[in-house]
Formats: sequence, C-alpha cells, structure tokens
Amino acid sequence: MKKNSFNQDVQTLAQKTGSAQRLQDRMTIVLFLLPALVFFSIFLVYPVFRSVYYSLFSWKGFGPAVDFIGLNNFKRILTDWIFLKAVGHGMLIVVLSLSIQLPLSLALALMVGRNLRGRAFFRTIFFMPYVLSEVITGIMWLILFNPDPKRGFINAILTLIPGLKAQPWLGDISTVLLAIFVVLTWKFFGFHMLLYIAGLQNIPLEIEEAALIDGVSKRQMITYIKIPLLGSTIRTSVYLSVLGSLQVFALVWIMTKGGPVNASELMSTYMYRFSFVRFELGYGSAVAIMMLLISLVFSLAYLRLVRPADYLS
Amino acid sequence: MSVNYSYRSRTLKKNLPRIFQYFVLSLGVLIIIVPIVMIIFGALKTRGEFMTRPYTLPIPLNWENYAKVLRMPVFWSMLRNSLLIMLATTIGVVLISSLTAFVFSRMKFPGQNLLFNFFTLGLMFPVTIAILPVYLIVRQIGLTNNLWGVILVQTSFQLSICIVILRSFFKSVPYELQDAAYIDGCNAFSFFWRILLPLSRPALAAVASLTMVASWNDLLVPLVLIDKEKLWTLPLGTMQFQGQYGMDLALIAAFVTLSAVPAIIFYIFAERQIISGLTAGALKY
Repeated sequence: MKKNSFNQDVQTLAQKTGSAQRLQDRMTIVLFLLPALVFFSIFLVYPVFRSVYYSLFSWKGFGPAVDFIGLNNFKRILTDWIFLKAVGHGMLIVVLSLSIQLPLSLALALMVGRNLRGRAFFRTIFFMPYVLSEVITGIMWLILFNPDPKRGFINAILTLIPGLKAQPWLGDISTVLLAIFVVLTWKFFGFHMLLYIAGLQNIPLEIEEAALIDGVSKRQMITYIKIPLLGSTIRTSVYLSVLGSLQVFALVWIMTKGGPVNASELMSTYMYRFSFVRFELGYGSAVAIMMLLISLVFSLAYLRLVRPADYLS
Repeated sequence: MSVNYSYRSRTLKKNLPRIFQYFVLSLGVLIIIVPIVMIIFGALKTRGEFMTRPYTLPIPLNWENYAKVLRMPVFWSMLRNSLLIMLATTIGVVLISSLTAFVFSRMKFPGQNLLFNFFTLGLMFPVTIAILPVYLIVRQIGLTNNLWGVILVQTSFQLSICIVILRSFFKSVPYELQDAAYIDGCNAFSFFWRILLPLSRPALAAVASLTMVASWNDLLVPLVLIDKEKLWTLPLGTMQFQGQYGMDLALIAAFVTLSAVPAIIFYIFAERQIISGLTAGALKY
C-alpha cells in the first residue's frame, strides 16, 4: 500500500519534472542491471544452451563437434545402470537426510531453545564444520575411517565394544554410502539446526506464554505449538537438503571417487568422471542437462506445491 | 525426613530433563570436536608416532610438520591465490548484487517481475550441476588457467542468493526516507550510494561473509579450470597434496590444519555475520 502511494507520488512528480527525470531513471535502471545481466548471460544462460547443443553430439572436446548422434546420449544415460544407480544413491541420501539428519537437527535446536545457558557456545561448535571446506572434511574423515583400528579412530572405538569388529567402512560396497552419510550429517546438521533455532526465535513469546497459562505440558508445547509454527522453516530446510544432496561432490570425490565399484557414485561424480576424466564432453553435457532438468523440475514443483518462495510474493 | 526426601526427588525430577539436555548436547560437541582435535594433534607428532600411537596426546610437541609445510613455497602461493580470488569475488558480488537489488527493491519498470525471476534462476542451477557447461564457455573465452576465470564464475553463481537477500533488506528501509531524500534533491544514484548503502551495512556484511566462505571453500571451480600448480587454491592444493603424500599422514594433517586455520579464524570473528547471512539467505527461499 505504502509502495503504491509512493509510486503514485513518483509518477506525479515525474510528470511534473518532465521527461528529463524519467530518462535519468531509465538510465539508472539499465546501468545498474547491466553487470548482473552480463554475468548471468555469459556464465549461466549461454552455457546451458550451448550444452544442450553439445549433448546431441559425440564429442571429445577438441575441434568442432561434428559427430551428430541426436538423442543417443540421452538414451545411453537412461540405460546406463551406473547412472541409474547414482540417481538411486542420491535418493537414498535424500531419504536418510530427511528421516535422520533433519529430525536430529530439529531435536537439538529444540534442546538449545531460547534460553539454555551456554546456548551461544553450542551454536558456535555445532556450526563450525559447515565453515570447513569439503576437502578438509573429506581428508579428516578419510583418516578417521581407516580400516585398521590402530590408525582409524572409528574402528578403534568400535573394537572396544565387545562383539563388534573393525570394518573397512569406505571400502565395502554395503557400508560406503552410510559412511558418507555420517560425514554429510557431521558437516551439515549444524546448518539446519541454525535454521530451526532462527525459526524458533520467530515464534512470538506470547503464544508460548498463553499456552503455558492454558496448562500445556512440555511435550504438547513441542508437538502442538512449536513444530506446527516451524512449518515454513521445516519446508525450507527440506528443500535446501534435497537441493544440497544434488550438489555433493568434493566430499565423495576425495573419500571414495565414487567407488568401490560405483557403490558411492552420485550424479555429480558420474558427470565429473565422464566430462573431466574421460573427456566425453558430448555425453557429459547430456548428463549435465539431465541434472539441470531434475533440479529445475524439483525446484519448481516444490516451490509451487509445497513452499511458495518469499521472494515471489 | 520424608518431606526432605520428596523435595529432593522433586528437584531431581525437575532437573532431569535439563541434565539430559546437557548430556546430549555435550555428546554432540564431542562428536564435532574430536575429529578436529585429532587432526591438530596428529600434525604435532612425528610420522612414526602418528602410526604407533595415534590417539595419545602429542608429547613431546613436534612442530616439524608445520614448519615443513610453512617452508613450502607452494603453500604460500596457494594461500595468496585463495585470498586474491576470495577478495575479488566478494567485492564483485557485493557491488553487483547491491546494484541489482536496489533496482528491484526501489524502482519500477515494465517486466520487472519476469526479470527478477530470471535472476533467481541461479538458485536452481548450483555450480556443481552447471560446471561442465561453464567450463566449456570459460575455455572458449580463454580464461582457463587464469585466476580471473575462477573469480568470474564464482561471482556469477553467488549473485542470485545475494540479490535475494539484499533486495528484501533494501525493501525494509522506510520509504519516507527515500521521499525525503528525493525532496532534498537526491537522484536515484546518490540515494543509493549515500543513504541506502550506509544503512545496509549489516546486510552487506552478511552477504560478504557468505560469499567469502563459499569462495574460500570452493573446490570444483578451480579443480576444473586450473591445472597449473602456481595457480592452485588452498582446497585444490590440499587435495593434490593429499594424493601426493598419501603415506605421510602427519604431514597431511599439518597441511590440512594450516589450510583450515584462516577459515576458523574468520569464523570466530565473523560468526554473527556468517550466520545471519546464511539464515537470511535460506529463509528467503
């Protein structure tokens, strides 16, 4: 409303001061938007269209692309069981994140809550791994996961528990994804916890006080008041978690390179391997386009159906 | 006696959840801290000690690994490259995204919403997914093996989120202020430069910190665009170093620790900005 009246003011003012003012405004708009437009067009929009073009060729990256093969690259992607496995691994990580990592973050955020003593300390510590690079995190955990209990701390702890034996966590097809998920949780749960803490802080104190006067128990307070009021934060963190799992690359590349026998292959490592190790750039382009489509479809559907973005309103 | 007893059991019952809370949270702290401390300690041992007794305190302290890394010229060139890229990217992102956010929050023109949606596309195309298309373009322009290539790409992919954050902050600056400024004869640019930007310092700091962390930790863009050792950044060099000296774990630990130090120092000083940048960015989705 404020805006409208302001805009009317501006309009009448502009009419009065004449076209010189309007020209100046228009110049400002163009000049201010130009840098961002240039960056976006060169490094985002143009590359994507270019890749659509290359994805129709079998191309090794040297010289012009001449070997037109139509949609064969896409056919090959959809019939390559390694790619399908990579998609499955990505989905498994999403499912694990949503069912373990996010509830864990939420529980810890509720514990830290509004006024626990030492709140700032816990927040600082829990968020720290997020600031460390994926490279550092990867190398650190590579050492921790060492199969030899004399070298790898995790196995050293496990062997202390009777009945458990040392495991080659990253070298075993059946445990490697789980191990990577542990590292992802270690690195990212602090971020989600932070979002929840911010969300909890936005719940008006009056609501909680009113509920207390009505005699709700602690548990009711959490299930009937705090979690429902956190709805939009939870939807945001789900969105970021899914989008984030599409972006995991450095961590996996450092710890396993997608192995053993593709057991931890993700779409990102698959694309990297074909593009920058084997230099099948046509095929790599097609994989990139598939990933872009998946990300775009998911984002649009989620934003439309589940969580309308604030910036669109 | 019995009164006393029931009183005690009641305070215990009341405090039990608190104690449980602290127990769980402390366990969490341990899980976060132990890996970090272990690698710092590991770096303070000799190679042999690292193998024979990896879980004990580093006594006597052995600074040789750190000294060795600090004597490597490549470590310093990596540090320099990372700093250069981070600074240039941050300056570029803050400048460009504030210009753009200003137009979308304070000016009106046809096609505005459509154009704004175009600018938020970057939120859906993270650089991990778009890296191959981007590589092809950078190669075409001839900016591979050039720090500028990395800077330009990082800037482009950081813009969207920063535009969204800054736009919503700019919108919260009262419109009366703008009216008053215009009546006093400000034009759009001087309002932006002299009034809006100084008022938005916290938001600018948040956006800058967010960009610094993202740029500093980025592996993929330098990995794809750079293969000259002279131009390696810290994450890229750390990864290469780990491949090269895979056996000497103590040395690797020193390398990893030293390359983490700048990030940790920065985090301790700018925690508030980083956190407010991240939450603002995330909650604006």
